Amino acid sequence: MIPELGHFALILALVLSLVQAVVPLVGAHRNSSALMGVGRPAAQGQFFFILFSYVCLTWAFIQSDFSVQLAASNSHSATPLMYKITGVWGNHEGSLLLWAMSLSLWTVAVTVFSRHLPDAFLARVLGVLGWVSAGFISFTLVTSNPFERLLPAVADGRDLNPLLQDPGMIIHPPLLYMGYVGFSVAFAFAIAALLSGRLDAAWARWSRPWTTIAWVFLTAGIAVGSGWAYYELGWGGWWFWDPVENASFMPWLLGTALMHSLAVTEKRGAFRSWTVLLAIGAFSLSLLGTFLVRSGVITSVHAFATDPKRGLYILALLVIVIGFSLLLYAMRANKLMGGGSFGLVSRETSLLANNVLLTVASASVLLGTLYPLFLDALGLGKISVGPPYFEAVFVPLMTPVVVLMAFGPFLRWKDDDLLAEVRRVAPAFVASVAIGVGSAWAVDHLTWRTALGLSLAAWVVLASLQLLARRLGERAGASAGSRLRSITASWWGMWLAHFGIGIFIIGVTMVGSLDRHVDVKMKEGQHAELAGYTFVFRGAVDADGPNYDAARGNIELIRDGRSLGMLTPEKRVYLAQGMPMTEASLDIGVFRDVYVSLGEQLEDGAWIVSLYYKPFISWIWMGCLLMGVGGVFAAADRRYRRLAARDAAAAVGGRAGAAA
Amino acid sequence: MKARSKRLMLVGGGVALLFAAVALVLSAFQQNLVFFHTPTEVSEGKAPTGKTFRIGGMVEDGSIAREADGITVRFAITDTAKVIPVTYKGTLPDLFKEGKGAVVQGKLEGGVFRATEVLAKHDENYMPPEAAHAVEQAQKAAQTVSQ
Repeated sequence: MIPELGHFALILALVLSLVQAVVPLVGAHRNSSALMGVGRPAAQGQFFFILFSYVCLTWAFIQSDFSVQLAASNSHSATPLMYKITGVWGNHEGSLLLWAMSLSLWTVAVTVFSRHLPDAFLARVLGVLGWVSAGFISFTLVTSNPFERLLPAVADGRDLNPLLQDPGMIIHPPLLYMGYVGFSVAFAFAIAALLSGRLDAAWARWSRPWTTIAWVFLTAGIAVGSGWAYYELGWGGWWFWDPVENASFMPWLLGTALMHSLAVTEKRGAFRSWTVLLAIGAFSLSLLGTFLVRSGVITSVHAFATDPKRGLYILALLVIVIGFSLLLYAMRANKLMGGGSFGLVSRETSLLANNVLLTVASASVLLGTLYPLFLDALGLGKISVGPPYFEAVFVPLMTPVVVLMAFGPFLRWKDDDLLAEVRRVAPAFVASVAIGVGSAWAVDHLTWRTALGLSLAAWVVLASLQLLARRLGERAGASAGSRLRSITASWWGMWLAHFGIGIFIIGVTMVGSLDRHVDVKMKEGQHAELAGYTFVFRGAVDADGPNYDAARGNIELIRDGRSLGMLTPEKRVYLAQGMPMTEASLDIGVFRDVYVSLGEQLEDGAWIVSLYYKPFISWIWMGCLLMGVGGVFAAADRRYRRLAARDAAAAVGGRAGAAA
Repeated sequence: MKARSKRLMLVGGGVALLFAAVALVLSAFQQNLVFFHTPTEVSEGKAPTGKTFRIGGMVEDGSIAREADGITVRFAITDTAKVIPVTYKGTLPDLFKEGKGAVVQGKLEGGVFRATEVLAKHDENYMPPEAAHAVEQAQKAAQTVSQ
């Protein structure tokens, strides 16, 4: 009964999404405030029904109702409660429902936090979001109904894929989806602006906080996913250039470009058509990511099901979105000309270069991800494009981006004197190269890659500090407190995020250059050495869990004759599907992780043990954290609220004037 | 400088940057493609020597053996028609089993495939598409011959 209620609620949500898609747009066209006013309650009602539907599905999982096909395939009566709840999205159908729910949540947030927007503009935004929502809910209902019954019911379920039974998986998908789907808001703002023919600084200002928050979610989602892959897949890598990772990285790159382009549009009125294209592109890449992950065309943990109908549906959705947006763009392009002019050496130019490079980087990932699929589809052979390609491309493309990223904020808008600015930062630049080469030599790994990475990181850190010093020195004579207060939240946001990139680069360079790995065969009492650490195998014991059997190895970690504790990697076999799983054990530190995982047990009772030494790997996630916090600061700037109040006053005044 | 020539320089610089970036991407792409070959193709000598490529198929029954060091593994990949011996040093994926699909990446050295990477499936029902493809090809070829 409850699954059917969930199904009906989802159908009602579809009906409401269609109302939201059509009525406000008609209202905006006819300038009828009654019709425009329908958007808000329709969106909120839709959220209620999707939430209800989602709760019903979760209920089926919690109750182990195995007459529901989805629960039978992805849950088990012995699965811990937490993983019964997260199992709802650990599959194709449930994750689509989560997608629809995220979109609905974003839409409701728009209705709540955008009261200051002109009615017609808000109506158009809600209309566009309604179409996207209708597309996804109908996709769910038609091709991937999560409430499908399994009659007769099975006695017990097949359990959730053991790889997904992990705390990281509790937060990774919702964060990532909030990011993916969040770009639909930036997209809706851009389309609404194209529809109304009003692409101005106000539009960019309204759109900016939404874009930034979506970017924060995406950053956090990717970072958590990377952390999960690191400790759960059992072989110590943090990024594999797997097509699914690429699917989330492409919108991230383009979204980063969009954030910066929006800044130019807001401050200077320039780059308007470019900003619109980026908004369309970032959202299209989010849809493409959904297509890649959900259609089963690629091989990965994330590819749940192979059903050509589903792939086709998303592909059709993608073609409609891109086709319609570009058509609209072409029709309105003549209104997008102009904007503030700027000199050859200016902050605009540096942001333009950054945008071009980020877009090319995004396109290079797209090429590496899609080309093998195309060849295969055309029957021209099977190839794969691996990490060597992406590394060969990313180092040269990102080097100028990082150099510019730290230099750009020194430049003034509109026009600046290149020579003067270069002279100002030259000492920091020379010092960074010296520090980079020097520390590469100090860690005894003087390759050009290590030296380059560390120099770039030093450059970001030093230039950021100099930028901060200069900003604080601007108001000479004022007290330190008032100087600090004069810096806006969005400036701190920019500064923190850029600084985070520096920390991130240190992590990537160090772990890429200095990590150590060895596979050894160990019996009880035997020991092995790696990177100055001694590992003593103290035997393996049984350690069965609620839905798995396991052997747990006890490996003592010793450094300079002092014990650092016991590492306890496990080899599990999940009972429902008989699936083996490696559970690594880590000793986490600020400057290094020591990582141990169990391979197989040999006939003579010995185990194969993988030992890893991972210097500075936490800095990768620390850098991502700083970027995320920076994004939150930027979105929380008081300016948006102050100007929002002004916009609202203007809108009310306008209405009063019209009434009079 | 006039506004127009400034703009020209900006556009020219942007386009030059773009071309340089695209050239870089395409050349890196060319150099780093990894091709896939079926065991039949490898035994016919169609696979490159001294270059990294992938083969896929089933892990032959009874072929997995460990060397004395316990770390080096020998096994064979078959597409049901031909068999290619493989050696690999390291930990095998959890779902690597005899009679199941697998894809290996590495180089051919003296008739033995030295794998640097072993990919198996992620869950019980899943077969790597390359492995399925290799078996399918071999079976198709076998049918044509018997006709």
